[in-house]
Amino acid sequence: MAEALGWLGVPLGIIAGTLRGSAPFLFVSLGECLTEKSGKINLGLEGTLLMGAMSAYGISYLTGSPWLGVLSAGVAGLLFGFIHGFLSQQPRVNDVAVGIAMIIFGSGLAFFLGKPFIQPSAPQLPTLDLGAWSQSPPVQAALQISPLFLIGVAIAPVMQWFFRSTRWGLLIRAVGDSPDAARAMGVSIYKVRLLSIMAGSFLSGIGGASLSLYYPGSWSERISSGQGLMAVALVIFAKWRPMQCLYASLLFGGAQAIGPALQSVGIDSYYYLFNASPYILTLLIMIITCSPKRTLTGVPGALGRTNESRL
Amino acid sequence: MMQMQSWRKTLEFICIPLGAILAALFAFGIFCAFAGGNPFGVYYSIYRAAFGSWSAFQNTLIRASPLMLSALCTILPARLGLVIIGNEGAIVLGGLGAVAVGLAIQGGAPIIVQLGMALGGMAVGGLWIALVGILRHYRAVNETISSLLMNYIAIALLNQLVEGPMRDPSSLNKPSSYPIADVNMLGNLPGMRVHYGLLFGIIACILAYILIQRTTFGFAARMAGGNLRAAKIAGLPVGKLTIAICFLGGACAGLAGMVEVAAVHGRANISLNSNYGYGGVLVAFVARQNPLAAILVSIMLGGILASAGILQRSHGLPDATALVFQGLVFLSILYSDSLYGRFDFFKERAIATSEV
Repeated sequence: MAEALGWLGVPLGIIAGTLRGSAPFLFVSLGECLTEKSGKINLGLEGTLLMGAMSAYGISYLTGSPWLGVLSAGVAGLLFGFIHGFLSQQPRVNDVAVGIAMIIFGSGLAFFLGKPFIQPSAPQLPTLDLGAWSQSPPVQAALQISPLFLIGVAIAPVMQWFFRSTRWGLLIRAVGDSPDAARAMGVSIYKVRLLSIMAGSFLSGIGGASLSLYYPGSWSERISSGQGLMAVALVIFAKWRPMQCLYASLLFGGAQAIGPALQSVGIDSYYYLFNASPYILTLLIMIITCSPKRTLTGVPGALGRTNESRL
Repeated sequence: MMQMQSWRKTLEFICIPLGAILAALFAFGIFCAFAGGNPFGVYYSIYRAAFGSWSAFQNTLIRASPLMLSALCTILPARLGLVIIGNEGAIVLGGLGAVAVGLAIQGGAPIIVQLGMALGGMAVGGLWIALVGILRHYRAVNETISSLLMNYIAIALLNQLVEGPMRDPSSLNKPSSYPIADVNMLGNLPGMRVHYGLLFGIIACILAYILIQRTTFGFAARMAGGNLRAAKIAGLPVGKLTIAICFLGGACAGLAGMVEVAAVHGRANISLNSNYGYGGVLVAFVARQNPLAAILVSIMLGGILASAGILQRSHGLPDATALVFQGLVFLSILYSDSLYGRFDFFKERAIATSEV
């Protein structure tokens, strides 16, 4: 896209890449944020993302309706969330280990069921052409925004408000920060966490739909390049705040576009390292902001603790 | 862990994992039936491909050996209560380090070159995970997250180096480093098709077991893992312990990378990134962080990996079927961990048995 524009193509390429590529990050990180706020980690969202991408594409192909595809991606996420929420809350079961097993199971199931959908092309989601004012085709192409992206952008402030001002949001934060206090309030920790994990997985599934029904807009086994795992880092980067998840998703999406954009003008000497820049950035920020003397600001208190036996 | 256990406890430790595997097989059978396969035919094929003949079993062992080494990268730091999942990165960089050393001293006697490659791989892998330990101890950076991030950084480094400074110009489709000369490659064990990596894996697991259970170092690590504050009050050098045990774990994964390079691929390229890292994390958890159990679990997972091809060839099932099976087995075994102590049959009956 950037060839015709020369050097101007670099910023345009990055903007276009940000708008296209950040939706999966946004959905998965909001989902992971919701999950972690309740005190559990779900590393398995990578598998959920793949499962969402596959079911969205498959259902869109079979029914001809991409929106039904989006819905089925969310439902697939709900089911995966239920499995993770149930297993990771059993006594002595480690949520990190369950997450990795769910990545294997989820990607296996998605590749298995998705095999017939690699060849055919499914109806894609409609896009909003915000670039219609421009004469230049690259600008028009860059500003084809997915409605899913806009929905995600809208969810971020709603979730922020939800955590801050609603009774349910407070319950989730209480369960994540101080399970004992929540138990004393008569809250079922198990149920709150299960529902949070399921809702988070629902969002991740929709993130998968954005991969297969908008950009790159096809189904293949390589469609998610670790975005589900990256989102875990992103949530830490965003300090468990939904609005910052939005900014971080834009940043990560943009960082992913730097490598290809520079490559298009002939700079490809550090292509792979540019692609790894989000990880390096997150690690650096963690090194700077963490300290042995105090815990990370914003981290849910019960995160990473082992399950208290429910016997 | 080594104290005398009654036969009921022992039986529990055998029955629960076995039951979990049977449950996973049952669920997988239903899955295969839905997919149009004959479950019993599929079971038999998996068995045949994994353990059915000496030749098949050797395939299993070839896949099991990097898993054993990789699992130690999670098992050793787990003694300190750390959950490290940076195995993939340590394997990738270990392989890269091994190639770098192997190419630098390729004129030497083969045994020297092999030793150099092993040391190179272990040093690079060890330093990589030691960095996780350093960040954990001095900056309180969560080790799970930092090691996960470092996996991606390691893979990017690998890609960058094999496409840039280390690239063999003749490798067109799949950018790779220059190859290791055939004489310097790690050979096979006598009379087998399995390379020396298997021996490395088994020895490393046994050494890890001795280190944890039979040495002061292991005792100190277990103590610090059990109660950090008590260990600090007792004057244990927690920082040094953390970094040392992370280094050892990383060195094992680095050795896995060296084995993959020096016995399988012959050069460093993206094939090094073949999920033995995450497989190793799972082996560690399924083996309940016990190095000896990790040998058996690695062989089991190696068998599942080895059966992927045959499911495709003789049952018309996609090769992802093995991935589904692997996922089911691990989910089921992880769940089974919560079942210990739930069955009355396995409970101690001190009074009743003493009267009999």
